[in-house]
Amino acid sequence: MSAPRIVYNEGYLDEQTKRVVRRALLKGVAIPGFQVPFASREVPMPRGWGTGGVQVTASVIGPEDTLKVIDQGADDTTNAVSIRAFFEKVAGAASTTRTDQATIIQTRHRIPETPLVENQILVYQVPIPEPLRMLEPRETETRRLHALEEYGLMYVKLYEDIAKYGHIARTYDYPVLVNGRYVMAPSPTPSFDNPKMHQSPALQLFGAGREKRIYAIPPYTDVESLGFEDYPFEPQRFDRPCEICGSTGVYLDEIIIDDRGGAMFACSDTDYCERTAQQRTEQQSTDTKEVTA
Amino acid sequence: MYVAVKGGEKAIANAHALLAKRGRGTADSPRIGYEQVRDQMGVLVSRVMAEGSLYDPDLAAKALLQAQGDVLEAVTLLRSYRTTLPRFGITPAVDTAGLPSERRVSATFKDIPGGQQLGATFDYTHRLLVDELETTDVPPPDVPVDEPMPRVAALLGVDALIESDRPAEGWTDPDPGDLTREPTVFPMTRAERLQALSRGDEGFLLSLGYSTQRGFGNNHPFVGEVRVGEVEVEFEVPEIGHAMPIGRIEVTECEMVNQFVGSADVAPQFTRGYGLVFGRAERKAMSMSLVDRALRRDEFGERSVSPAQDEEFVIAHSDNVQATGFVEHLKLPHYVDFQAELVLIRKLRREFQERQATRESAAHDSTREDTNRLEENA
Repeated sequence: MSAPRIVYNEGYLDEQTKRVVRRALLKGVAIPGFQVPFASREVPMPRGWGTGGVQVTASVIGPEDTLKVIDQGADDTTNAVSIRAFFEKVAGAASTTRTDQATIIQTRHRIPETPLVENQILVYQVPIPEPLRMLEPRETETRRLHALEEYGLMYVKLYEDIAKYGHIARTYDYPVLVNGRYVMAPSPTPSFDNPKMHQSPALQLFGAGREKRIYAIPPYTDVESLGFEDYPFEPQRFDRPCEICGSTGVYLDEIIIDDRGGAMFACSDTDYCERTAQQRTEQQSTDTKEVTA
Repeated sequence: MYVAVKGGEKAIANAHALLAKRGRGTADSPRIGYEQVRDQMGVLVSRVMAEGSLYDPDLAAKALLQAQGDVLEAVTLLRSYRTTLPRFGITPAVDTAGLPSERRVSATFKDIPGGQQLGATFDYTHRLLVDELETTDVPPPDVPVDEPMPRVAALLGVDALIESDRPAEGWTDPDPGDLTREPTVFPMTRAERLQALSRGDEGFLLSLGYSTQRGFGNNHPFVGEVRVGEVEVEFEVPEIGHAMPIGRIEVTECEMVNQFVGSADVAPQFTRGYGLVFGRAERKAMSMSLVDRALRRDEFGERSVSPAQDEEFVIAHSDNVQATGFVEHLKLPHYVDFQAELVLIRKLRREFQERQATRESAAHDSTREDTNRLEENA
């Protein structure tokens, strides 16, 4: 008996599956923030490691696209490297680390610091698509709550935080109201990034592979982080600049530098940090030239 | 330096090389051929096929070798391959009642038409570890092997002592769902549920089934019958106009017979729990039938009081590819959300300390006032 030959389809997903995913994406775009069930396929990486994002990217990527993949804001984290290598291998896509040159950006846990523009697509990897999940574990129940626009549970939770701590104690995966209708989980991005979702010129697509859900925010859609009139949403802020490029108002990683708890703070967005640092050096050298002249 | 996470391509390539080396062992011992795994580790191969939802002993054996014996890794490999294959259509239901059984036991009746047949089983072996394995000759069977074996449940069905497996009239065989091609939405049909259970994790189903026996959703089970054998799979080819046999697969089937005392509308009778799994997988088929029966609580108006009776709990957590992926994803970098939590914890601690400081100074002030007052009074 001869051994069977193992062959994979070009681009890994078969065309029919891509159509299934695209249909779910179209529905998602038509009903911003609504979680569309889809028959999520296995992809050659473990569930929970970006399989939803990979399926979405595989379904929208074309030969003219340039792909950027980030994890925790960085292009060189192992899982981002692995996913980028996967698409280079199966889709023959060009890839980049520059936000301004990418047409598709697949991300885990961050939105790039460089403002996105029209015709860019941001694909989020989503672990738990249901914003109400930790308040109500049952899918049958949460679907009903969304259908009835019954978000009391969530507001009570936020209110309890205020009563207990004096402010909302939620720092990532901070719930948003999309287009004034659906409460949506932005995936575990820090609340720092939430304002970037509002009226973004880019198309934002969300894929949750393990949970088999897809949702979307079309360009220029209202995305409001939940809050109260007297206790409005407040994104997290850092009161210091990046120690590498000097940027302020960016999300920082705390990097432990010794065994006594010493730390430095640097941009989590590696592409932004590199380019800002480079610009600064160029600026400095022109300044020096001017001075010498 | 913190290179473990920000390591990039070189680290990944090196890790893979190291993994391959670990899997190879010492270079002077021969590599195991997949044929050896397929033939000599059949039970393991069955498990990978069942949970990988792909009947192909060769590929399952190759997956096991590639996964260095990690069952869930092998299942993941098989599933990721399976999902790229086109689906041609649906086969008619396999006829397990007519399958020439290699093994068939019933715990409900001493003697049954077709007889009990122990077959290849670990039951009644003494679990004594030996140094060397030996194979003895198998004597030829002393009874005719192809005697028909009607289902035990069908025997009970004659007097309506057991629920019928389909309505008496107006029943047509519905198209089965396909979990792998259609979105899952709860509540599921029983057919979809059985599909999920059949590819579910053996250990998880075993524990859930066991929990029903220990009182968490008890359904008084008896093994109506367990059988293992090869069954023919047929496929309706539109061009030919009738069903064509396309191959044979080995399956394990379990029909559990469960007591049911009846309700206001239904007379007391036995009910069924069903399990069907690829290959030799008796433990899994039995566990599956226990859980299937527990999940049918709605049909019999039973109160849901236990995990095994909760469809969302059972089905959403039975898939080990999903479970292992999500548990293991915790080792991926989370430093952005961790940073967000760090900032929050520091803020909460600062606020806590400020409150405490205010409280202490207030307490201090009031003690001083008290002392002053005492002094004045004195």
